[in-house]
Amino acid sequence: MFSLEGITNTIQNWLYSTFDPTFALLIECAIVILLAIGLFAALGLVLVLMERKVAAHIQIRLGPNRVGPGGMFQTVADTIKLILKEGLVPDLADKFLFNLAPFVVMIVAMLLLAPIAFAKNFQIWDINIGVLYVSAVSSLSVIGILMAGWASNNKYSLLGAMRSGAQIVSYELSAGLSVLTVVVLTGSLQISDIIASQADGWWLFKGHIPVIIAFVIFIIAVTAETNRAPFDLAEAESELTAGFHTEYSGMRFALFFLAEYINIFIVCAIGATLFLGGWMPLHIGHWEGFNHIMDYIPSSIWFMGKTFFLIFLIMWFRWTFPRLRVDQLLNLEWKYLLPISMLNIILVTVIAILGWHF
Amino acid sequence: MFLKDYISEVYTGVSSLLKGMRKTGYYFFHPKEIITEQYPDNRDTLKLAERFRGEVVMPHDENNEHACTGCTACELACPNGTIKIITKFDISPEGKKKKAIDTFVYHLELCTMCNLCIESCPSDAIVMAQNFEHSVYDRSKLTKKLNKPDSKIREGIE
Repeated sequence: MFSLEGITNTIQNWLYSTFDPTFALLIECAIVILLAIGLFAALGLVLVLMERKVAAHIQIRLGPNRVGPGGMFQTVADTIKLILKEGLVPDLADKFLFNLAPFVVMIVAMLLLAPIAFAKNFQIWDINIGVLYVSAVSSLSVIGILMAGWASNNKYSLLGAMRSGAQIVSYELSAGLSVLTVVVLTGSLQISDIIASQADGWWLFKGHIPVIIAFVIFIIAVTAETNRAPFDLAEAESELTAGFHTEYSGMRFALFFLAEYINIFIVCAIGATLFLGGWMPLHIGHWEGFNHIMDYIPSSIWFMGKTFFLIFLIMWFRWTFPRLRVDQLLNLEWKYLLPISMLNIILVTVIAILGWHF
Repeated sequence: MFLKDYISEVYTGVSSLLKGMRKTGYYFFHPKEIITEQYPDNRDTLKLAERFRGEVVMPHDENNEHACTGCTACELACPNGTIKIITKFDISPEGKKKKAIDTFVYHLELCTMCNLCIESCPSDAIVMAQNFEHSVYDRSKLTKKLNKPDSKIREGIE
């Protein structure tokens, strides 16, 4: 049976038997960095194409279909175009911050990759405060966005960045609270513990209605945190041209664009880990035969399948709903999502203490 | 009372959002609904909307007869002088003079496809065609004569 765990173990054993431990660790770091960059590039190409195709089909169109079979190489062509474009820096921009901002956004996305378990025992860093780490680091991306908006010396950019700041800071709360429901049920912040606790069924099914509510709130809040429609006030094309990345062009723009898609992937991966069991196959209670068949599907495929399902869900409502106004956005968070998720977490705590979950 | 309103607001909000997602989800999973025409590729099987307005034409039947009486209602209805009708007098077998068209001049380059001439025609002599590939290298080719040479008015149309 195919498993990534076997491959990593073989490589590690070979490295440690051939080189001395310090050098082997360095080589491992290099391999991990290469893999992460490779994953980013691949995800950028796949997700942009997926978004365009999903959008087209939802709007009864065909979408890109000229470059390659069924338009498969459209994003490759777009990337080549973006690399060849001139990266313009406005005259009165703060040059240092302007050049730094895309990299800050990108590095935050890279840092978030660390605690995600892509398959059984295939994880960069199984830190014991994994969930806390994710929610702490993900809020750093607002610094990159504010930096871009401020450094551009453009009113649209600044407005977009300020909106983005307000939005990320407020939606962080309900995202955090909905993540906490699973932490309360599991009793651990470690990603591997959370996945292991879902061996007999995913939390979405085991945790009754409160966890379903938490899941819905999580999806809404992370959509807002990644600045995507219907919460894309930060870049609102019709109001702010492109918001915080109005002045960016060429490869710097591509980095922002890529970071948006990487962030979607990461939040969906976290959602899949917390609510849908990560790489854990679909197990139903005591149906031994069924569970055994499900185990034959490799864990990496389970993880990717769940993540892409969530990505599809987010794309689905991006292309269905209109953009919210700023006041509606803040109303939704402070008057609806936050009180509901607070009540919800009390319910979940009661369930966890009394052991009412399956 | 406040709580009841709050809950019903959340309920209507969520249910209306789900309705929207149901519609778009239906479109996503039913590719047959796609209305995109891949135009230059499917020139032969192109499907245009029934009311698509390409250009004004005057249909002639197999005897080279049309239904235009030369009443100039279309010329009067046209907001930008696209149509110019040159009339003549036919001598009927009984020796009576009868007004008829000599030339129906149609300036396609001026036409905005507003359909007012077709609306105004009392004998339905002109209709909108679905042809839209009008580009030519010479502007004068866009000035068209709609009645065919030697055509005459159909019997019984006044």
